[in-house]
Amino acid sequence: MGKYLARRAAQLLVVSFIISVLAFLLVHLLPGDPSVTILGTNDTEANRAILFKQLGLDKPLWQQYITWVTAIFHGDLGQSYLNHLPVTQILTTGFPVDLELIVISQIIAFSVAIPLALVVARKPNQPLDTASSTAAFGLLALPPFVVAPIMVAVFAVGLGWFPATGWVPLTQSFTENLHHMILPSLAITAGSIAVYYRLFRSDLIATLQEDFITMARSKGLTNRRIMWRHAFRPSTFSLLAAAGVNIGALIAGTFVVEFLFALPGIGYSLVQAVYQRDYLVVQGISLVVAIAFVLIQFIVDFIFTVVDPRVVRE
Amino acid sequence: MSQTTEPIGSVSPSETASAADGKPLLIVEDLHTSFRTTRGTVRAVDGVSFEVRAGTTLGIVGESGSGKTVLSRSVMGLLPVRDVVRSGTVIFDGRNVTEMSDAELRSVWGAELSMIFQDPMTALNPVKRIGRQITESLRLHLDMDKKEADRTAVELLRSVGIPSPEQRAKWYPFQLSGGMRQRVMIAIALACSPRLVMADEPTTGLDVTVQAQILDLLADLQRDRHMAVILVTHDLGVVANRADEIIVMYAGRIVERAPTAKLFNDTKMPYTQALMDSIPRLSDPSGARLTAIGGRPPDLINPPTGCRFAPRCVYAQDKCRESEPPLRTVGSADHTFACWYPLVDGVSTAPPSSTVAVDLTLSKATTDPSATTQTDTKPADGAPVAEEQS
Repeated sequence: MGKYLARRAAQLLVVSFIISVLAFLLVHLLPGDPSVTILGTNDTEANRAILFKQLGLDKPLWQQYITWVTAIFHGDLGQSYLNHLPVTQILTTGFPVDLELIVISQIIAFSVAIPLALVVARKPNQPLDTASSTAAFGLLALPPFVVAPIMVAVFAVGLGWFPATGWVPLTQSFTENLHHMILPSLAITAGSIAVYYRLFRSDLIATLQEDFITMARSKGLTNRRIMWRHAFRPSTFSLLAAAGVNIGALIAGTFVVEFLFALPGIGYSLVQAVYQRDYLVVQGISLVVAIAFVLIQFIVDFIFTVVDPRVVRE
Repeated sequence: MSQTTEPIGSVSPSETASAADGKPLLIVEDLHTSFRTTRGTVRAVDGVSFEVRAGTTLGIVGESGSGKTVLSRSVMGLLPVRDVVRSGTVIFDGRNVTEMSDAELRSVWGAELSMIFQDPMTALNPVKRIGRQITESLRLHLDMDKKEADRTAVELLRSVGIPSPEQRAKWYPFQLSGGMRQRVMIAIALACSPRLVMADEPTTGLDVTVQAQILDLLADLQRDRHMAVILVTHDLGVVANRADEIIVMYAGRIVERAPTAKLFNDTKMPYTQALMDSIPRLSDPSGARLTAIGGRPPDLINPPTGCRFAPRCVYAQDKCRESEPPLRTVGSADHTFACWYPLVDGVSTAPPSSTVAVDLTLSKATTDPSATTQTDTKPADGAPVAEEQS
């Protein structure tokens, strides 16, 4: 077990290094540079050269990379070329918003998908199953940018239950914060519910056909006990794997929802920075997002070792 | 028990039968089980009746698809919930299993009536420690507390021959070999000292060397606990010296049923004979081809009219293809079979016009003549044997 986790941790380090190189190269390979945003399109070449020198962009790429990475080890991700905010500050204000959004949406997704799948799997192909599967298909087909405006129209504008936009820091008022977070969370939870429900349902149905379930029945266990003690755990493998990928994708993928609900998350900052060729901001956010993604996979792998004892051996 | 001095696995059928007390432990009457599929109704078990006495072993033999597994599950009532129709009665220890509620069934399953599954690779929960899988039924049926159940589980593992059972109880199934897993399965099935154990091909997934060990272990435990065992298998060799009585199934029906010695010494049904001939023998010359039964078992959605084995039977006559032979007895009442032209001394009583007459010489020359008791059959004129009360 310890060995297994150590190996995964080593992989994590290697992956983080590769990501840092890619994040760096990616922005620099984009056509254009920050001078256009800072100086405008009509400034002289001379001014441009001065600016490049100031920003350190005149040096060879590998030197720039080393400067960047060395600074990271001192906790410095640089600052924005435009508003001179430190990248770490952009991250520390923006990341918690996304984290909260993800946590709430995933709690909703799991608490809808899992009980529903447990009920349906016992009697598949009944009306409830058909209805749920159709609904799940519908949810999958509806991206957040369709769901969000509809929800705003109904729950914010129409019924006035929730605010349409805006955000209150968690530290200021917990209830106010939650009040603002409900609609955005619901908007991104739809897809998760659909994926989790369908995976868990079909895995449960498959597990319930297994010999060891018949074996459990032959012991005289109740259906309830069989479901929870025998079928549940072996049915969670695909669900776990999918949740890992899905949550990872949501970290930087909530841009649309952040934009629609005017939430100060990092997704929005990232997209802006890309347009403005704000290199250090893009690099910093990409790196942190990617490492967060890898960390989530790492956590999922760890959960796998708990859920499925066979994993450790391979 | 009177036969405790007998070596394991060679219990004399007649002795056991007489030793068994009065009423049978299990009475199955006219059991039918069918599955509704998109293609039609599959009659997997089609009118089967038999009895099992306490402490005895019944062998159920047949090819894959003969309905033997469904039969064993039907007897227990352990069938899928949907698209299954079962009729007939199963009386276990005086109680009608077919009329039991789910809760009543659950109180019988695992406690008095348990099952050993075919494939130890898939029948153990892969993510549960084997100790837990044993204690589960102990705590449920015997109301043991955790400690007592743990201790009993270790004892059970020891009794099925698992070395260092204290440690093994904490292992997961994937850490054990197939033979060890089957031992664990037996420990689970026997945990609450059931009175009847269904063993559904308990050794099919195992190496030949391990097969005998597992079967001997089962016979040992059976004798110690005075359990009845229904041993379901495709291999007559497995039940040959272990069962007191053998039922041969074909296409969902019983085609022959007799005490073991009688079945082997006085085979009546050509299908039984074909199964016996398909067992390879050491006395066969080196390089001899294995004898196989040509063709495949019939479609259980549209079984053929007449005798269901007729299309594959080397002795089949027109009559066999037209009308189905009933189960009947000739001579002793404990030997029943379904055949219009039963074998006598391994030779068919079918009219000799058949082209397969040559095959008869290949039939068992070693048949014990003393076992054939009926002398009133008149095979010479090809007429069917007079039907007797069965």
